[in-house]
Amino acid sequence: MGHNTYKKGDVMTTKKWAAMRGLLSFLALALLLGCSKKENTSEEQATSPAKEAKTASAPIDPATAATVSGTVTFGGAVPKPQKIDMSQDQACKGNNVSETIVADSGKLANVFVYVKDGLGDRTFDVPKEPVTLDQKGCQYHPHVLGVMTGQNIEIKNDDPTTHNIHPTPKDNREWNESQPPKAAALEKSFAREEIMLPVKCNQHPWMKMYMSVVKSPFFAVTGADGKYEIKGLPPGDYTLAFVQEKLGAQEQKVTLAAKDSKTVDIAFKQ
Amino acid sequence: MKSLSTPYNSAHHKFAVFTACSTFVLIIAGALVTSNDAGLSVPDWPTSFGSIYKIPHLVGGVKFEHTHRMIAQFVGLLTIIIAIWTWRTERRRWMKYLGIAALGTVIAQGILGGLTVLFYLPPPISSAHAALAQTFFCIAVCIALFTGPRWVEEVPRVEADAGKPSLITLTLLSIFVLYVQLIVGAMFRHHGMSWWPHVVNAPMVAVVLTWTSIRALFLYSRIEAIRRPAVIMLALLIAQLCLGFLAFVTRVAWGHDAVQPELPMVISTVAHVAVGALLLATAVVLAIQVWRHVPIAFEESIPVRSRDPVTA
Ligand code: HEM
Ligand code: HEM
Repeated sequence: MGHNTYKKGDVMTTKKWAAMRGLLSFLALALLLGCSKKENTSEEQATSPAKEAKTASAPIDPATAATVSGTVTFGGAVPKPQKIDMSQDQACKGNNVSETIVADSGKLANVFVYVKDGLGDRTFDVPKEPVTLDQKGCQYHPHVLGVMTGQNIEIKNDDPTTHNIHPTPKDNREWNESQPPKAAALEKSFAREEIMLPVKCNQHPWMKMYMSVVKSPFFAVTGADGKYEIKGLPPGDYTLAFVQEKLGAQEQKVTLAAKDSKTVDIAFKQ
Repeated sequence: MKSLSTPYNSAHHKFAVFTACSTFVLIIAGALVTSNDAGLSVPDWPTSFGSIYKIPHLVGGVKFEHTHRMIAQFVGLLTIIIAIWTWRTERRRWMKYLGIAALGTVIAQGILGGLTVLFYLPPPISSAHAALAQTFFCIAVCIALFTGPRWVEEVPRVEADAGKPSLITLTLLSIFVLYVQLIVGAMFRHHGMSWWPHVVNAPMVAVVLTWTSIRALFLYSRIEAIRRPAVIMLALLIAQLCLGFLAFVTRVAWGHDAVQPELPMVISTVAHVAVGALLLATAVVLAIQVWRHVPIAFEESIPVRSRDPVTA
């Protein structure tokens, strides 16, 4: 085009420049947006090893360790689980009901229970063992997963179809990766504490799960029987939090003496 | 500017119409991506699953996202062709620039589409992508309009505008309120804003557009080029209000607990986006036709520019 324009004088060039400048400043803006995001990431990566490097606090004496356990129930009529339509992908032959509220005969599953308060400044070693998230039948297993900050999460695809795994965190770095059938497991971790961090698949928009990232190993997820158990706690005053993806959070205080074994039951209502 | 007569080029015009129609299909394809929450099913860009040309297995969300990308590439190609074609054959210099503007817009739109994928659909970028999509559609419609036989060959029937505010002001106001409606609608659709600005602005849009089209019909229904878009605008407005209501019911009232995008909410929201695009384009066409046929209010602001003969 260049050789065509020389005739037409200044009008063209100024206009062209204006347009170019417009586009450029727009791109610059977009880049800025992008860079500010990236900065967060590197900051996060810089801080997390520092945290890990801190040595764990004085070990907890197993002889005095206490246990808290209980049952989480759902009060009132349990809503009928919604049906999922998986017909968009023939490879999906999963259990096609939603897991938003799973309450068999009133026992509420998939409630994340953790010690929210009472551990003070104590720090804990991160387990070397990863936790596993499996994609099978175009659903996530488990539906709610607890993990420690910095602990590895192994993400597997056991389906004959491609998934994408997309966590949408508030305080951690966001990412989105696809995983074809038979691909190697993904190894991921989150650097910051975040309760019920949503994870979803955009290929199969019904696929949703939640990861709860905590700094202590004192957490549990209720099973189909609504039961949970948290072992190995040093004696002390604690606040337990119970979090359900739809029904919200509740807290309960509990005082544990040495070798105590206490029961804390809780009921959720819609 | 119009006086620099261009012979009607049927092939060029038909190609422009085809480009505009393809863009409309592309807008529907894009709206399907958003409504099916499939925007991130292909995580990379400019590649798709690491490849530039390989077509992935089109299931689930990928079906929507990748189809959208392929249609976008096709429309990009059409735009390149029309920009070059216009540059080489048009006598009207501003038309050459319009072709280039179309090309620039489609490139920016493609980049926005890619950026929104790479940054995980931030509401401002996704909304900019939605708004620029309709802007590009309007440009494509304009190229089709300006290359059409009526525009090129007919001597416009000019009348003086006596009304206050002038009809051209009203049509420009229509475009403005529609843009505001588009932007707040897109911000809501992409989870960047509450629903109420969009719903509160809707009566405003309804009033301005009704006022504009009624005024146009009242004063200039003899001029077909004005009557047609005015009637269409009124009809589309009514349809759009109904669709907006449906979209609200299916997506906001019933759909907030849905485990997945359900068919009624996909259909109603996609139709609402598509009719929204048609409505904006119609308002732009009406404004242009009013400017052409009822030019009084606008005359003074037309810059008197020296035109050098480019007939080489
Ligand atoms: C070049 C012409 C293009 C046009 C006219 C166009 C148009 C659109 C439209 C109308 C939407 C729907 C917005 C809404 O419903 O709110 C959309 C969504 C989308 N487009 Fe495009 N698009 C183009 C190119 C691209 C390209 C090249 C990509 C590349 C990745 C892309 C990626 C997307 C994505 C990811 C969405 C979903 C956004 C979301 O759900 O937030 N688009 N597009
Ligand atoms: C003439 C008036 C209207 C126009 C021009 C209009 C236009 C639009 C457009 C262009 C979008 C999508 C933006 C995008 O591409 O992302 C949108 C979204 C939406 N509009 Fe409207 N709208 C109008 C009236 C209404 C009314 C009256 C309602 C409801 C009572 C409504 C409810 C909605 C809803 C719920 C969405 C989001 C759909 C979703 O979440 O997927 N609109 N509107």
